[in-house]
Amino acid sequence: MTGAQFLFYALGLATVMGGLGVVLSRNVVHSALALLLSLIAVAGIYVLLYAEFLALVQVLIYGGAIVILLLFVLMLTRSGESPLVLDNPQKPVALVVSLLFMAIAIVSFFLTRWKLAQAPRGVDFSVLGGSLFQDWVLPFEVASLVLLVALMGAIIIARESPQ
Amino acid sequence: MPGEYAINYTAVLVAAGLGGGLVAFLFIISYLLAPHHYSEEKAISYECGMLPMGRFWSQIHVRYYIFAILFMIFDVETVFLYPWAVTFVSLGPAAFFEMVIFILVLLFGLAYAWKKGALAWR
Repeated sequence: MTGAQFLFYALGLATVMGGLGVVLSRNVVHSALALLLSLIAVAGIYVLLYAEFLALVQVLIYGGAIVILLLFVLMLTRSGESPLVLDNPQKPVALVVSLLFMAIAIVSFFLTRWKLAQAPRGVDFSVLGGSLFQDWVLPFEVASLVLLVALMGAIIIARESPQ
Repeated sequence: MPGEYAINYTAVLVAAGLGGGLVAFLFIISYLLAPHHYSEEKAISYECGMLPMGRFWSQIHVRYYIFAILFMIFDVETVFLYPWAVTFVSLGPAAFFEMVIFILVLLFGLAYAWKKGALAWR
């Protein structure tokens, strides 16, 4: 087993453990932190696939912004005090659906002829920069306006009503 | 893996391993050395030595949501800054001023938030 393979399995294990932590933890804050572990491990897998920029985005946006937003939502609500609901009357239906989904996934896994991918070549940052700042300038600037609208919308919604 | 790439990320790996290892080491040491005597009083959340008021889960006001949104927006800006910082010298002045416009638009948003008093900590 090469070092890269070892890293891949270690990161895969961390991803799965994080995912299990999200669904199995009784404490929602612990779930959010387990999600962080899972997302960061996925960023490591991106690095192994030579997708440096994707790894960067994964850490900054998913590991940073999304998890922070989740934690804020937990703090803004009374989710810690609400009773823990682990079950509902739809349990048998859910069981059938998830078993069916698992069966489909397993069957399609064994029926697919998996071809070995070409060794991935990383996208150079200069290629990315040229494409972003020369070919797609307008969408790039529109992105800033979209962010501005999101910011103003959040201010208008979250502002205290004048009394 | 090509050598340089592997070496760069080996440094990341070593730093992550050392950081994680240090945290794990401190937790294990504190578990081994500290005495464990559970009592009801110890389980109360610590509030400067006084008895805590209210519930353990404090709900914060929705106005602090604005800080999360602000963080997220400038986080997205950072994502664009990375490829720009690597390439803007070779791309010429146009690329430089594109990013200046981008940042100015977002700065306008920050100024708006400031003017509306959304940044005040109350």
